[in-house]
This record gives sequence, C-alpha cells and structure tokens, in this order.
Amino acid sequence: MRPRLYWPVSLAAAALVALLTYGVASTGPDTSIDEQLAAGERVEAPVRDLPVLGADGTGSLADHAGKVVVLNVWASWCEPCKTEMPLLQRTHERIEPRDALVLGIDMQDSTERALAFLREEGIEFTSLRDRDREYARELGVSAYPETFLIDREGRIAAARRGPVTEEWLDEHLEPLLEERA
Amino acid sequence: MRVLVALALLLGLSAAAEPQVTLPDVEDEVMCVECRTALNVSSAPVADQQRAFIRDRIAEGMTKEQIKAALVEEYGPDVLAEPSGGGFDLAAWLVPGALVALAGAGVVLLAGRWRRTPEPPDAGPDLDPGDARRLDAELTAFDK
Repeated sequence: MRPRLYWPVSLAAAALVALLTYGVASTGPDTSIDEQLAAGERVEAPVRDLPVLGADGTGSLADHAGKVVVLNVWASWCEPCKTEMPLLQRTHERIEPRDALVLGIDMQDSTERALAFLREEGIEFTSLRDRDREYARELGVSAYPETFLIDREGRIAAARRGPVTEEWLDEHLEPLLEERA
Repeated sequence: MRVLVALALLLGLSAAAEPQVTLPDVEDEVMCVECRTALNVSSAPVADQQRAFIRDRIAEGMTKEQIKAALVEEYGPDVLAEPSGGGFDLAAWLVPGALVALAGAGVVLLAGRWRRTPEPPDAGPDLDPGDARRLDAELTAFDK
C-alpha cells in the first residue's frame, strides 16, 4: 500500500472496529451484580421511579425502605413467568406480616395483556412498568423471569436468573427476613 | 340537492378507496422487542403479542403512523426498526453515509487519474551533428 494511503485507511479500519466493539459491548448484559454476589458481597440495588402498572402514579424500591423486597422481573408473554406466579403470590402473602413484600417489574409488555395476566393468575402484589427495559438493564437482566432479593438496607443479597423455586426462597429469603435494619 | 348527494357519494367513495393498513405493512417496520429481529421473521411469544396488538389497532381503524406511535407508547422507541437517531443509533446513519462518501471520493480520484493525458515519451539527448549526418546517410541508403 502507498505510504500516503496507509494512515487514513488504517485509522478508518481502527475506527470501524472500535465502533463494532462498542456496539457489541453496549448491548450485552451487565454481569457485575452476579460477580459481586459470587464474591459474597451485597450490591446497592438500583432505584428508579417507574409507573405503577394499572394505576396512576409511580413507585420504586425507595418506597419500601426498611423492608425485604422480592423483586421479580416478568412479562405476560413469558411462560416460565406464568409458572412461578402462584409461588410468588403465596410468598407475598406469607412475608407481608414480616415487613416484606413481593414487587413485580413488568417489562416490554402490553399493559392490557399484563393486567389480564395478573387477573387470570389472581396476583395481588404491586407491579411497576419498565417499558423501555432501562431498569432491567441496570439489574443486568438478560432473560425472564429473574428475581432479586433486596435486604432491609436496599442492597441486593441474592439473584436468581430464571424461575424461582420454593427451595431457593427458603435458602435465601428466610435469613434476610430475620435481619433487622 | 343533487350536487350535495353527488358530493357525499364522491366523499364516501374516496374514503372507501383509501387502502386499509394490513399486518405485513406494519410488521416490516417493527422489531420484536425481546429477540431484536424484524417482527415479520420472529416467532417469539412476545412477537405474537406484538402482532395481536397491531391487529387490534388495525381493527380500531388506526393508520400505520398511529399504530407505530401506539407501539412506541406501549413498548418504547426500540420497537421501531428505523433507528431513532440519537446516541449510538446515529452510527446507523453515519457509517453508511461515510462509506458512500469515501467510495465517491475514491471514484473521483481514480477517474481524475485515468483522464490525465500521458506525458510524451522522453526523446533523449540530441544527436551530435556527426551522428546525425551518419544516420541520415544510413536511412537514405536503406531507402534505396
């Protein structure tokens, strides 16, 4: 290649590679929460004001300061979400008297269908609507459903990437309920 | 009165002639929000929900633009296949534009080179008078 063309072509190629790398990296899920949890650390949970599903106004984790929160990410079109909903509703009823609750985050869903889904499943706990998936990105959500246990100080203590089970809740939720803020 | 009736008929006909939006019209301009592929090639459960949403809006008599606006309202701006134009999305417009500009500049440069008249070949140093005389004599002898 002629020396006169070498630098412009090399710079253009490097810029293209950098752009592609940035594009790929910016769309991948954030795994930092999982890494910190694996290292035995608790992670400050992201807080974001989101519209309440099926009601006026907004809500966030900040509304439940001092409580243990089972934060469940779901969507009405997600079959595994449907399967775990009865367990989450039972858990909500069981832990509510212990200063704890289940809080849903409905993502990329039709409001109409999401509300119909909750009615059909008999779900009574509150859900917030993360239309643009911005909050889910902060939580490193890459699939559905996903569940995070938030301690009384607003830190993520455990994360389940996939449907929750009774065993997982017994193992991780019970100790959190015993903790005092 | 007759004029009014004719006008009403014409208006009715033109309204009826306006093509109704179909699912494929909208589908190819919309993304499946979960799988990030075009909606018309996606078979994911959320894609089925999005298609049902579009069908419901068509049934309500919405135009294509109204349906796209309703989709954005429901699923966010990422639902549109066309990049929104902000942040990294700008690359979708800028990179092809830059490549076309580079290709154009290359063509212009090459065309300029091809059109340039070639330099006349170097005639070399002049012959000294003796050599010139000898060459003329040789050529004359050759012609005979």
